[in-house]
Amino acid sequence: MNGNKKFIKKFNIWPWIYIAPAILILGFFLVYPIVNTVYLSFLDEGSESFVGLSNYIFAFNSKPMLIAFRNNFLWLVVFTAFTVSLGLIFAVLFDRVRYEPIVKSIIFLPMAISFVGAGVIWKFVYSYRPVNTPQIGVLNAFLSNFPDFEPVGWLINKVTNNLALINVGVWIWVGFCMVILSAAYKGIPKELTEAARIDGANELQVFWRITIPLMKPTIAVVATTMVINVLKVFDIVYVMTNGQFDTEVIANRMYKEMFQFHNFGRASAIAVILLLLIIPAIIINVHRFRGQESL
Amino acid sequence: MNKKLTNFFPRALLHFTIIVFSVIWIIPSLGLFVSSFRGRDDVLSSGWWTVFGNFFNFSQYTLENYTEVITASGMGRAFLNSLIITVPSTILTIAIAAFAAYAFACMEFPGKQMLFIVVVGLLVVPIQMTLIPILRIYNKMGLAGTFHGIWLAHAGYGLPLAIYLLRNFFSSIPRDIFESASLDGASHNTAFFRLALPLSVPVLSSLIIFQFLWVWNDLLVALIYLGGTERVAPLTLRLSSLISSMGQNWHLLTAAAFVSMLLPLIVFFSLQRYFVRGILAGSVKG
Repeated sequence: MNGNKKFIKKFNIWPWIYIAPAILILGFFLVYPIVNTVYLSFLDEGSESFVGLSNYIFAFNSKPMLIAFRNNFLWLVVFTAFTVSLGLIFAVLFDRVRYEPIVKSIIFLPMAISFVGAGVIWKFVYSYRPVNTPQIGVLNAFLSNFPDFEPVGWLINKVTNNLALINVGVWIWVGFCMVILSAAYKGIPKELTEAARIDGANELQVFWRITIPLMKPTIAVVATTMVINVLKVFDIVYVMTNGQFDTEVIANRMYKEMFQFHNFGRASAIAVILLLLIIPAIIINVHRFRGQESL
Repeated sequence: MNKKLTNFFPRALLHFTIIVFSVIWIIPSLGLFVSSFRGRDDVLSSGWWTVFGNFFNFSQYTLENYTEVITASGMGRAFLNSLIITVPSTILTIAIAAFAAYAFACMEFPGKQMLFIVVVGLLVVPIQMTLIPILRIYNKMGLAGTFHGIWLAHAGYGLPLAIYLLRNFFSSIPRDIFESASLDGASHNTAFFRLALPLSVPVLSSLIIFQFLWVWNDLLVALIYLGGTERVAPLTLRLSSLISSMGQNWHLLTAAAFVSMLLPLIVFFSLQRYFVRGILAGSVKG
């Protein structure tokens, strides 16, 4: 009996039957294409001859790509800062009112709809008419209440358009940050904050000296997630400006090289650059996973 | 706590701040919703908020925008396509992930740890890295522009997160539950179907909702693998081409956008708890 059991353990086929479909699909849709894309990035537009690093040299020198890098960096800083800090502020403020579930739902709602839908919503908010005609976009109409305000073409004006797009991203993702940070906030033992208050700390001191330090790991997770989102940002830009008026981002550029210009070498190189930018996040994830497992 | 709080941060200011933020957050969606029920001329000549001046004058509302986008603009067909794409993709992903996750959590096999680390690594790989090679294979095999092709693609992209979450859940089931049922070796099938799956219904529901919304709201994957094939285009794809073709026809665009959001909103309002739980569990993925 014992020997039989050992035999089964040694040559157990069942685990492989269980994971085979997953391995096949992951291999086909993720692992193989990743390797292949790296290879294609060293080939020419039709993937016929080897061109060395020239696709990468192009990527780091062409004007649209440089604008895309600049914009992704702007997204990285502004989007991450606003989503994480607003998410944190909402989590802490909403915890203090009884109608918390309702306001949380309101902030969280945009997470449920598509980026394309959000694009329509915000294009309408930003819509622009010349001076002295009725503004149908709520933003220009609201600002027209102020004296001397000239309506702004938010998505066309090169000073405002990137921020206008980032704002859409913030509107969507703050709910996500809030939900995760709120769960962490509620997990802080009440005795800690109470003790500090009894010792005479005011609310701001409690927030900066106790809440923030205790929530640091969660804030790091949320911020990492936002950084990954930023690097991959595509839908919002694609539907709202399609990268016109200097709003290009890396992922949209990759799409254009692929479908508009049919340059598969350059498109692959841009995809590889995107992956390289995300690799630190992959390493962080694997590390965190290993840390959890060893506990 | 309340006494101190009142001293430092007047409750009134707190409520005011919260309400201002809530209003700011809700106004854009409200504008879309209201405009989708207004006639073309009304939308273009006055702001949507003017309806509140005369809210109960029902003659200013119309359903014509909806009939037009659903029939003439093809949003009806697109709605159907979205369902045809989303339901099988979701089932396929979760089913394949459940088996794999069980193997990772409860079975022993060589290379298990290594394989799982690969899955964790794949969690955040940008989809862009995979588009060109797969599209080429799809073109050769005639899978581009077909539902089969996109079902498989969504399964591929959804699997890492689904496997990761389910594996973590299965690992958290106390071992003695399996042992006390004296299950070993070949009876893993019984353990999987009779114990692991029934115990994980809440996690599975979260995951199903998550994957459903993810696929429903996806633009990029549909754009690449379904491309210009209108016959199979889902809502997001149809809507994005309406945005470029309709320009300032806000009465139609808003109605079309609302059609595309209808199902996610229903899911959101009825199953918010599961959705939130899914997000909390899956916060590692971008």
